[in-house]
Amino acid sequence: MNIIWLLLITVSIVFAIATNRLDEFTKSIFDASKTAVEVSIFLFGIISLWLGIVKIIEDSGLIRRFSGIFRPVISRLFRNIPPDHASVTSITLNMLANLFGLGNAATPLGIKAMQELQSLNPDKETVTFEMMLFIVLNTASIQFIPFTVIGILSEYGSQNPAAVVVPTIIATVISALVAVGNLFLFRRFFR
Amino acid sequence: MTALTFISQLIIPVFILYVVLYGFFRKVRVYDSFIAGAKGGFSVILKIFPYLLAIFVAVKAFQSSGAFDCFRCLFSGIFAKLNIPPEIISISIIKPLSGSASLGVFTDIVKTAGPDSMAGRISAVIMGSAETTFYILAVYLGAVGIKKTKYLVPVCVISDIIGIIIAIGVVKLIF
Repeated sequence: MNIIWLLLITVSIVFAIATNRLDEFTKSIFDASKTAVEVSIFLFGIISLWLGIVKIIEDSGLIRRFSGIFRPVISRLFRNIPPDHASVTSITLNMLANLFGLGNAATPLGIKAMQELQSLNPDKETVTFEMMLFIVLNTASIQFIPFTVIGILSEYGSQNPAAVVVPTIIATVISALVAVGNLFLFRRFFR
Repeated sequence: MTALTFISQLIIPVFILYVVLYGFFRKVRVYDSFIAGAKGGFSVILKIFPYLLAIFVAVKAFQSSGAFDCFRCLFSGIFAKLNIPPEIISISIIKPLSGSASLGVFTDIVKTAGPDSMAGRISAVIMGSAETTFYILAVYLGAVGIKKTKYLVPVCVISDIIGIIIAIGVVKLIF
């Protein structure tokens, strides 16, 4: 992240000088700060909301039902998580939210899962393999029905907006498999 | 289509109803539980904010400085040779960086190239199959204060590139 951030900032400033867009550049970074605050306020509400709902799930014992859904997959992929650990439920709920394309629920539940994975981490500054796997699964975003996309397609007069559903599912599943494969490949070569 | 939309609208309300009623029948004080859980939200936001700010500033700077346009020109030659609509370049670069910006670019492509065009369909599949990788990295790692990420970032970047190639390939094969 260090290198990527450095690159984005320096390349941008060099380009801003070269194309004489210094004014736009300065304005845009102030603008971005404002957007960051707005997004944070939105996230503040939505994270608190889902943390509240998840607490009910925990207190009522419903947690045991949910953690069973993907247990075979999760226990096989995430080797170092104890079977009844709280992170299994958060990971399950995050995956369900992703599958249904509920981004607003997926992020808060993902953050909760990360916190629970962190509790298993012996070195709090270094990422664990389980965390990497979880993040890779999230960035690959296995999603079944892209509601927003279909909505926009039909809004602009598509004859058959749902035609993109099958290719999307094929592409999302293949790229998720490739992403997970990549991670395991990297683990083999870069210990 | 309307049935699909209806189901999608149903998921969250039904889920919350199920959770609340299940809690009630298990004699959980659902209100108190909700409050106890929601209290944790503020500390999460405090941790995430600087990471969000850093990623937003970098992405906005990249877009506004003209660097983004230049990268688009760089790739347009390669894309033209492979018979891929040039609009795909913008969506491919912006999708991993920003969710709202990519939605804007996508809407623009659909508007100008048409919803049933090759460009419209490829970008629709990219929208559905790729994620805002850097946002997720920043928020998820930031929430727990991870500093050393090992090989996570290269894995994500490589997977994103392959994912976009797969999306283009699948659409070309099917349509």
